[in-house]
Amino acid sequence: MRLLVVEDDPLLLDGLTVGLGLAGFTVDAVTTCEDAFAALSAQAYEGVVLDLMLPDGSGLDVLSDLRRRGDATPAVLLTARDQVPDRIAGLDAGADDYLGKPFDLDELAARVRAAVRRGKGRSSATLAWGGVTLDPANRSVTRDGDLVILTRREFALLAALMERPESILSKPALEETIYGWQEEVESNAVEVHIHKLRSKLGSDFIRTVRGVGYRLREVRA
Amino acid sequence: MKSIRARLILILMGSTGLVWLLAVGWIYLSTQAEVERVLDARLMEAARMVNSLLSDHRIDVGLEEGAASHVVGEFEHSHRPYERQLSCQIWTLEGSLVGRSENAPATPLSEVVDGFSETEVGGERWRVFSVENQRLNVRVMVGDSLKIRESLVSDVITGLVVPALLILPFLVGVILVSVGRGLAPLSDMAETLTTRPANDLRPLKADKLPKEIAPAVNALNGLFKRVEDARDRERSFTAFAAHELKTPLAGVKTQAQIALASDDPAVHANALRQITMGVDRTSRLVKQLLDLAALEANDAESNLQAVSAHALLNRSVAELPLPADGARLVVEGGEARAPVMIFAEPHFLSLALRNLVENALNHSPETSVVECRVERETEGVRLVVQDNGPGIPEDEILKVVGKFVRGRNRSATGSGLGLAIAQAAIGRMDGTLALENRDGGGLRAVLTVRAAGAGT
Repeated sequence: MRLLVVEDDPLLLDGLTVGLGLAGFTVDAVTTCEDAFAALSAQAYEGVVLDLMLPDGSGLDVLSDLRRRGDATPAVLLTARDQVPDRIAGLDAGADDYLGKPFDLDELAARVRAAVRRGKGRSSATLAWGGVTLDPANRSVTRDGDLVILTRREFALLAALMERPESILSKPALEETIYGWQEEVESNAVEVHIHKLRSKLGSDFIRTVRGVGYRLREVRA
Repeated sequence: MKSIRARLILILMGSTGLVWLLAVGWIYLSTQAEVERVLDARLMEAARMVNSLLSDHRIDVGLEEGAASHVVGEFEHSHRPYERQLSCQIWTLEGSLVGRSENAPATPLSEVVDGFSETEVGGERWRVFSVENQRLNVRVMVGDSLKIRESLVSDVITGLVVPALLILPFLVGVILVSVGRGLAPLSDMAETLTTRPANDLRPLKADKLPKEIAPAVNALNGLFKRVEDARDRERSFTAFAAHELKTPLAGVKTQAQIALASDDPAVHANALRQITMGVDRTSRLVKQLLDLAALEANDAESNLQAVSAHALLNRSVAELPLPADGARLVVEGGEARAPVMIFAEPHFLSLALRNLVENALNHSPETSVVECRVERETEGVRLVVQDNGPGIPEDEILKVVGKFVRGRNRSATGSGLGLAIAQAAIGRMDGTLALENRDGGGLRAVLTVRAAGAGT
C-alpha cells in the first residue's frame, strides 16, 4: 500500500518512513504543504498521513483541498494539539482518523490500515481469494491454512492484487505500489516477485494478461 | 488602629467633646467675670446711692447709739430666687452701727474702709463695697453673698450643659450613621472582593465612585488586567512549550519502536542515531525554554556594566558546543586594536549572542562560514552575526522574533525560540535586534548596544 506522509520534523519523518515501511507500507515523504499538493496531484495514494503544523501552512489546508477535488483518499492526522476541539476540527475537515503526538507506531499503522479498509468499503480486516488469505495487520499470508513466508515487496505486490482481485493491474501500477520515490526500481523486479509468488502460492494463482498486466485467477462461485 | 471607621468615630466624638468642654470652660470663666463685673457695679452703685441719700437727708438715720438695730430701707427685687441679695450697713466712723438692712448681720461686713473687699461673716463669704462719708461721719457698706454669685454662674453653666447632654445620644447616632454612609463605597468594594473566587479577575465597576476611592479602584483594575495578561501569556507559553516538546518526543518514540522492531543492523543503527539527535534537540529546546522563562521571570532592574565587546563575543562563542575543528565560525578579532567598551548585562548579552550564532550555524550549509564581528557606530556598538544560509523571506522577517515561530526556511533542529530569546535578552538592556537579508544571500543579525565611552 502506497502512503504519502506529510511531516516537517526530520526526526519524526525519518521514523514514519522507516516505521511504516516496516509495517508493510510503501512511503513517500514530503515536508511542506506545497510538496504535498504536488505529490497528491501527481500520484494516487491509498492513504495520507498528515501533520497539522507545517512550515507553509496547516495540514488541514492540504486535506480540505484534497476533499474539494473530490479525492476521498483516507487521511490520518498527526498533531501535537490533541484537545477535543482540535480533533473535532480535524475530523470535520475531512480526516478519517486523528492521532495525538507522541503516538505508538503500531497503532498508527493499524489506524492507517483501518482507514484504508473503510475507504474501500470492506469490513473485514483480511483479504481472501481462492484459498489464499492475507492479513495486513500482522503481515501474514496463509494458503489453505498453511502459513506462507513472503518478503516485504512480495507481500505488497500480493496485497495490491488481492485488493482488486478481478481487475488487471499493469506492470507500472504494480511498480508504483511497491516502490517509493527514493527507491530505485529494478527493471524486471515485478516479474521476479511474481515468479516467486507463483512458486509459493501455486503457479496458476497469478495470471499474466499478455500486453496488459497481471490478475488473480478466476474463482468459480 | 486598623479600622478607619473606629478611628473616624473616635476622632469625631473626641473633637466634638473637646470643643464642648472648651466652650463650657470659656463660658464659665466669662460668665463669672461678667457676673462679677455687673454685680460689683451694682454694689458700688447701691452704696453710693445710700450715701447720697444720706447726704441729701432724704433718709435720716439717728446717728445715736441704740439705733443700731434700725432698719434702713429695703431692697425690693422681683427675682424671687435672688431676693434680698444685697445687705446694707451704715456705721459711724467711730465704729458703731447706725442702721442696717433687714438681712444684714450686726457685725461689720468688712474691715476695709473704702472700696471692694471680701470677708467671711457668719460662715458666709461676702463681697462688700464701702463708702466713707466724712461730712456725715458715717461709712456705708453694701455687700452681697458670694454664694449667690456662684449659683448664678452655675445656673448659666447648667443651662448650657443639660441640653448638650440631652443632645449627645442623638449626636452619637448622627456620627455613627454618617461615618457608616461615608465609608459605604469602601465596604461595598471589600465585600465584592471577598466574595469573589480567586480566579475572577474581572475589573471592578468604576462608575459612580467617590473621587477619593476611584484612583484605588482604577489602580486595582489595572493590576487585575496585568495579572490576567501575565496569566494568559503563561498559559499560552506552557501550551506552546508542551506542543513543541511533543513532536521530537513522537520522533524519538517512533525511532525507538523501529529499533525494537527491526532486525536489520543498518536500520537499527540509523534509528539509534536518530534517537540521539532527537534527545539532543529536545534537551536544547528545554534549555531554551528555561532561558526564556528565566528572562521573563527576571523583572529586576537591568544592571548594566561596561564590558569589552570583543571579550564578550569571544567568551560567548567559546561556550557554544561547536564542531571540534571550529572551522565554521570566524570571530573577527579585536584584540590587536583598542577594545570597544559597551554597556551591557554580560550574562544576557552572551545569551543573545549564543542564540544568534547557533541560529546562523543551524541555517547555513555545512561548508559555509558564520562571521561574527564588532562594529563601532556613531549611535552605538553593533555586534554582527552573519551567515550564508537561505535568509528569511521578507514577509516573515518581523514575525520570526515571536516565540515558537519558525519560518519557511527552517532548520532541522530549530525550536523557534532562539530569536525570541535574543530579542528578550537585548530588550533588557535597551539594545535592539535587527535582522536583514544579505545581498549575496544569508542573514545578518545585528545587536546594537550603547557604547561605554572611548576605549583606552
